[in-house]
Amino acid sequence: MKNFFDVIIIGAGAVGCAVARELSRYKLDIAVMEKESDVAAGTSGRNSAVVHAGFNNKTGSLMAKLCVEGNLGFEKICKELDVPYKKTGKLVVAFDESDIKGIERLMDAGKKNGTPGLSFIDADAVKKLEPYVGGIGAMLSSNTAITNPFIYTVALAENACANGVKFYFDNEVRGISRKDGKFRVSAGGEYYYSRYIINAAGLYSDKVSALAGDEGYKIYPCRGQYYILDKRTSKFLNMPVYPVPRPGIGGLGVHLTPTIEGNILIGPSAEYIKTKSDYSVTQDVMKQLFSEAKELLPPISMRDVIRNYSGIRSKLVGPKVGGFGDFVIEESQVVPDLIQLIGIESPGLTSSIPISKKVRDIIGNKENLVEKSDFIGERKGVLEFRQLSTEEKDRLIRECPEYGEIVCRCEQITKREIMDAIENPLGVRTLAGIKYRARAMMGRCQGGYCLTRIVEILTKEYGIPVKEITLRGKESKLFTGKVK
Amino acid sequence: MIIDRNVVIIGAGPAGLAAAVELSKSGVDGVVVLEREPYEGGILNQCIHDGFGVIKFNEVLTGPEYARRYIDEANKLGIEIKKNSTVISMSKDKEITVLSPEGLLVYKTKAVILAMGCRERTRGALSIPGARPVGVFTAGVAQNLVNIKNIMIGKQVVILGSGDIGLIMARRLTLEGVKVIAVVEKMPYSNGLARNVTQCLEDYGIPLMLSHTVVNIEGKERLKSVTIAKVDDNGEPIPRTNKKIECDTLILSVGLIPENELSSGAGVELDELTQGAIVDENLQTSIEGVFACGNVLHVHDLVDHVSSEAEKAARSVITYLNNSYKDHDNILVKAGDGIRYVIPHTISGKKDVTFSMRVDRQWSNIKLCFKNGSNLIKSFNYKRLSPSEMVVVNLKGTDLKDIDGLEVSIDEV
Repeated sequence: MKNFFDVIIIGAGAVGCAVARELSRYKLDIAVMEKESDVAAGTSGRNSAVVHAGFNNKTGSLMAKLCVEGNLGFEKICKELDVPYKKTGKLVVAFDESDIKGIERLMDAGKKNGTPGLSFIDADAVKKLEPYVGGIGAMLSSNTAITNPFIYTVALAENACANGVKFYFDNEVRGISRKDGKFRVSAGGEYYYSRYIINAAGLYSDKVSALAGDEGYKIYPCRGQYYILDKRTSKFLNMPVYPVPRPGIGGLGVHLTPTIEGNILIGPSAEYIKTKSDYSVTQDVMKQLFSEAKELLPPISMRDVIRNYSGIRSKLVGPKVGGFGDFVIEESQVVPDLIQLIGIESPGLTSSIPISKKVRDIIGNKENLVEKSDFIGERKGVLEFRQLSTEEKDRLIRECPEYGEIVCRCEQITKREIMDAIENPLGVRTLAGIKYRARAMMGRCQGGYCLTRIVEILTKEYGIPVKEITLRGKESKLFTGKVK
Repeated sequence: MIIDRNVVIIGAGPAGLAAAVELSKSGVDGVVVLEREPYEGGILNQCIHDGFGVIKFNEVLTGPEYARRYIDEANKLGIEIKKNSTVISMSKDKEITVLSPEGLLVYKTKAVILAMGCRERTRGALSIPGARPVGVFTAGVAQNLVNIKNIMIGKQVVILGSGDIGLIMARRLTLEGVKVIAVVEKMPYSNGLARNVTQCLEDYGIPLMLSHTVVNIEGKERLKSVTIAKVDDNGEPIPRTNKKIECDTLILSVGLIPENELSSGAGVELDELTQGAIVDENLQTSIEGVFACGNVLHVHDLVDHVSSEAEKAARSVITYLNNSYKDHDNILVKAGDGIRYVIPHTISGKKDVTFSMRVDRQWSNIKLCFKNGSNLIKSFNYKRLSPSEMVVVNLKGTDLKDIDGLEVSIDEV
């Protein structure tokens, strides 16, 4: 029956989509309700893209356990789902004796958490790995990796979709009640029914929980601002480099992280904010971020900046209390069959698959889950033309001339890739959707060259009216109409 | 597939076209122009206003009309122009890899003329604080959308930057019924040609707010307002001068950057200040046989100068093809007081040279001086010089005889 499901997942971030994919292995009717116009619209699309090794999490916590588990399984899932992944390793660098003590603490915690691949290296070894970073020594975490969080989330969603999961975008959940023994979810002007609800609503998971009748949670939004540096700086950094955490001492403890495409990320900062949707970047924080980053990596300059952005953490502890808040991954104590995934901040991305397995276990303990025999385990994304050899490029163009037309000049993205991104299985038609799937508009000219061309493809080849072209759906319309 | 040529010109905009025509008229064969767009003409195609060609043709033409002069000439001469062909890399050995719907081609060439033009500085590069709504466009993109794609971008516009593109767009949008609320300029003077300030702002009653900048962007999904503030002599916002302007569109005209990704990929040395190649008096870069001209060398205000510069690059290529340059220029040209940059970076002291430069601020009643140490070689009087108007000066080889250094500077009269 239409609108009747076994499971409704609220939130299409990395966790929601991981749950969708995991549950799509079984004979269940599943729907994902997402209030924005695409997956990864919240924190999942606004982070450092690091697959953490698990040494920086409180021993004994769910965060630590699932992070280590997620880290060890991440390469495999990326292979299955055609997601970029690079095991770069990571350095936590010491600049004085108290930093060395800090490293000892991290190594100890890492050992207790079961993180493999941690070692102390001296200044010479640091210089060999990262010639532009100073320091008197560092902890090397060999298991830390980087990935592409948009493509990761898109891949999970597309694979879930291929296995029968229905995605509803622009479908904010406004009410949750019970009717005839089922959940009745009100979203987008319709009712949807399900036996289970998975609350993966990220920043709004407290709100969704309250809608369902469990008012026990409050999310405190904590924003982190970032810089993105031009790819020409990629020669200065090989792996994520973090200074040793110095609790109580001022400064942002700025991180430097290479991205899988060769940019460098500076950040994030950490400031509690009032509004959950306030993704602004602010003058004072940006200034401090850059000056601390330049101390860590001297050859960079403001000329290398191509963009800023911010992400917001779903914290369960507020600014006054401070301290640690673990993942909440459990069936609600107040509302049966509501499975709560609350307070999923870092290492949420790394932990997404283990979280999804825990959800499966919670349901599996209540009923018999039957595996599908025709589960499609692999997914292929948009072909990355720029990664091919000269011969392969030539051959591909002759097969398909649309690969011979460059649309995004900075990142060498071809027309065929743009079209594949537009023709995505989830039916997302926003500019940001194309950006995340094909990488277009993410280069140094920030769409200066390709925006007009992408708009032309959308209007001429896909018949999308000019007035309906948006960045992220809804009211984010770029144009008022035609000139004449 | 590898193709041999004598000269590859990258870009069929005004610089590339003028160079190609000059080469062809001088009898050079084996020339190919590689153009990534489906049409020639480059940025001129979207410059539908007039003012082009005053110096070159003694006429007042629109951008497309100016381009058409060269395109028609090129077609008449049978010049090979490959459109829809994007150069994706250039090696230091002048091997040029090109992507087109026909496949991937590699050109092996004796000489290269770089004519790739510029890209625009973005909001991201400026790190303008605030929210992330839609409705912020760079002026060139806005111009392309409005003039070529027939797409209107907003109803209530604020323009940041009084460079020529911003001024032209202020008028263009006004003519299409858009309310241009103000042009905001960080410097205490406009960065565009004086005639554009008159013809685009004053004639339409659009306020020019000098010594102001945008300090915050507001709006959730679509732009709602911008906050502007007065700035001090260092360009820093002055506290408590913030003012909110309600608007749905912010247009940024905040600088052009020569598009030298291909050049640096090949190892061409770039000038940090101009972001263009370091060149000698022949417009040859640090790689032998690779020449640069037009906006990719330094940002021009008048396309007429671009054409002349390109013709010079072409003549240099002819000399290079015939017998190569035996001596390397070894006299450094220094930008002295009052001069922001001067091209070329080195000269031989044996030939006539065209110097192109920009001053660092507005000057009145001054002398532009060429000195060798303390010896004044030549000077030119100017009533007014502005950073927004490139200065082009020709010196004869006889003027430059026996010098061992050259400094260009401003002396007050």
